Amino acid sequence: MANNLIVVVENLTKRFDELLVLENVSIEVHRAENLIVFGKSGSGKSVLLKCIIGLMKPDAGNVFINDKNVLELSIKELNKVRKDVGFLFQGAALYDSMTVRENLSFPLKRHFEKMTQKEIDDKVKYTLELVSLEEAIDKMPSELSGGMKKRIGLARSIITDPALMLYDEPTTGLDPISSKEISELILNLQKKLNMTSIVVTHDLICAEIIADRAIFLKDAHVAYEGNIDDLTKSNDPFLKNFFSHDIIKV
Amino acid sequence: MNLPRIRYGRRLNYSDYLYNFFATLTGLTIFNWEFFKQAFIPPYEIAEIKKHMTELGVKTLGIVSITGFIIGLVLAMQSQPVMQRFGASDFLPAMVSLSVVRELGPVITALIFAGRVSSGIGAELGSMRVTEQIDAMEVSAINPFNYLVVTRVIATTMVLPILTVYVIIIAIIGAYIAIIIVEPMSFEYYRSSVVQAIKFGDFIPGVAKTFVFGYIVGLVGSYKGFSAEGGTEGVGRASTTSVVLASLLILIFDMVLVKVTLWLWPTI
Repeated sequence: MANNLIVVVENLTKRFDELLVLENVSIEVHRAENLIVFGKSGSGKSVLLKCIIGLMKPDAGNVFINDKNVLELSIKELNKVRKDVGFLFQGAALYDSMTVRENLSFPLKRHFEKMTQKEIDDKVKYTLELVSLEEAIDKMPSELSGGMKKRIGLARSIITDPALMLYDEPTTGLDPISSKEISELILNLQKKLNMTSIVVTHDLICAEIIADRAIFLKDAHVAYEGNIDDLTKSNDPFLKNFFSHDIIKV
Repeated sequence: MNLPRIRYGRRLNYSDYLYNFFATLTGLTIFNWEFFKQAFIPPYEIAEIKKHMTELGVKTLGIVSITGFIIGLVLAMQSQPVMQRFGASDFLPAMVSLSVVRELGPVITALIFAGRVSSGIGAELGSMRVTEQIDAMEVSAINPFNYLVVTRVIATTMVLPILTVYVIIIAIIGAYIAIIIVEPMSFEYYRSSVVQAIKFGDFIPGVAKTFVFGYIVGLVGSYKGFSAEGGTEGVGRASTTSVVLASLLILIFDMVLVKVTLWLWPTI
């Protein structure tokens, strides 16, 4: 495997009972690249992300992260790989019973046992500054708006300095302004921390801001691949229809 | 850990119900095995166990106090006329305390505990499951079973026996109040009658079986919550079925444990 590849998915197939969601899907993601995964609702975008990180077991195929086959690793080895990966869930998945501070310090306390409490506090504050939410440090998740939850979720995902970030619909449910802010934040963080990102979305504004390259999932396959302009300006009737709405420039 | 999926829907037939019965049994067995596998693997979440023990104890203290008091009071009120009819009023403290220590105290406390705690654990973990918080823990390389399930099961197993001893004491006080309303009896006489009546062989099996009941409450609630699916409806289902299943298992295990107790202490 080429050294600059961080994620390689080979012939991934996943079905739920009779429903075929992914069939022989293969993708390669280079280091420091931002890959957008497009597709209609229910096209298997989130399933693809969950198979990559080992949350779901595919029926066939292989997933390599940093040259390690995720599907053949023991749980201990898989957890070592996962320490280098961040995942932002669609609903942010903040732990409701913990404050923002506790949410962010939770992975640090688990994985960096030698860190002192002061170092943990400093890291939490620094990461909150990155997402511009220092004032939310002692709030409970129930006190945060949708956009704030996404930012805190993002902060929790990047606090361990992962090399790879997986985003599951990072802007869904947000107004266009918040959506643009989150997208710019993702791009800035990626540049600042030199991370690789795989972003599942159907938000074109988000994709235009972030994408280096994009793929389109359709009928369980990677139907189209290219840069964002190739896809949005394509003459293919399906893509034309998908991207036909007027893009709101905020 | 792959748990068998339960079939839900409005058009379930008998074969679906039969399938669900065996799927639940299989799921609980897998969950039980996983617990024993993971309970001895570090990190040992002592702080989390203490936190759950405190929370569960505080949460249920009020309701078990009232229940315990009423059990003792009602049992004494019901038994008093019958005992008088047979000229055995002097044995009333012994009868009430033995009933409470051997059976009523442990079982009623366990059932109340199941209603309060098993449903709470089912709803809490179910909500964490459907909002992907458990997945978030897993992708952060944190073992959610160890952190969420093992700690709760250990906490319920440790808390229920403590609550049971407390309920037994409260019930015996309740019985004394019921007795003195009808006829005068000194507290010293009542206390000595109770202490003479309750032997080691009465107290230990009664309380010991509550460790099993506490384990059932924690395990069933965690299993139902951990395997919840289908959004808020799934959370509600996890909460409700936790109580039903935990209560049923408590009664079944009580039947078995009574037999085991009588086998171990045949003279009592």
